[in-house]
Amino acid sequence: MDICRRKGAIEISELDPFLAELLRQIPACTNSDGVPAAEQRLFSSPTTGRETESCVEWKTYVEPELRRLFQTATQTVAADLEQLNGNEESLANRTLRIPAKHADAWLSALNQARLVIAAKNNFTESELNDHFRSPIGSRRDLSLFQVNFYGFLQEFILRELES
Amino acid sequence: MLEVGIWSFHRFELKPAYVNLLAMSCGPRQDRGCLAQIQEIEETTRVSNEKAGTLTTAEPTIEKETRSEEEFDLPWQVVVHNDPVNLMSYVTMVFQRVFGYPREKAERHMLEVHHNGRSILWSGLREPAELYVQQLHGYLLLATLEKRG
Repeated sequence: MDICRRKGAIEISELDPFLAELLRQIPACTNSDGVPAAEQRLFSSPTTGRETESCVEWKTYVEPELRRLFQTATQTVAADLEQLNGNEESLANRTLRIPAKHADAWLSALNQARLVIAAKNNFTESELNDHFRSPIGSRRDLSLFQVNFYGFLQEFILRELES
Repeated sequence: MLEVGIWSFHRFELKPAYVNLLAMSCGPRQDRGCLAQIQEIEETTRVSNEKAGTLTTAEPTIEKETRSEEEFDLPWQVVVHNDPVNLMSYVTMVFQRVFGYPREKAERHMLEVHHNGRSILWSGLREPAELYVQQLHGYLLLATLEKRG
């Protein structure tokens, strides 16, 4: 896999089918439905728990807005990922172009996905800091790899935004 | 110093109008404070009463307190808590964007969150503090609004 900036876009080329599939899974991974821990992480409390009235108002007015915000980012990413459709069964490498103006949406969607995966798997801090864990031998290992891979993409996008 | 009735405050209202997270800004919201709004309402009511000739000489006695606006509503803090998933570079970027902090200051706060588990990013009036917390949640950081003390 090669990643670089080209003509106002972030270009991820030489994407092998495995990594392309991980990218395709980003929108699905942001879904926290049915996983209370993930839901709690995405929509955390705005107070330390003593102000019940504030929390009720937050849930009524702010949370729906946050949901819309997250959903909009995910939809943008899903639309970009359509470039990868059609080669699910092919072993050919593919290229994905992320327009620079979509960088924020990607940062948000990648973050949502990482937080949801981490909450679903209840990863410990030491697991999350173990970037050299290999090989992928279980679903849990794969999920950890996914969190790290998405984190790597986030880092790259952040560097591009800074430059 | 502003002279205000003590009954006028401590009412927290989260208005849908300022919950628009899609338009995130880099600086604090420049809305008028609640004191200014209350004073305007009181003035409008007084003028209206005078015009209508309904202002009575025997006004009800209201407990009054002398306080500055800052003094009244200062002790609210925006606190960000540690989270092992969010990247350090991402957290730094968010602090720069939301609070308009220079990179060095944003990094200092990020490291404080990382090492101490939490950092107070901002303190001041409740309303802008709430908006900051909303913005931070929009960036998926663990942020809370806390009263100092």
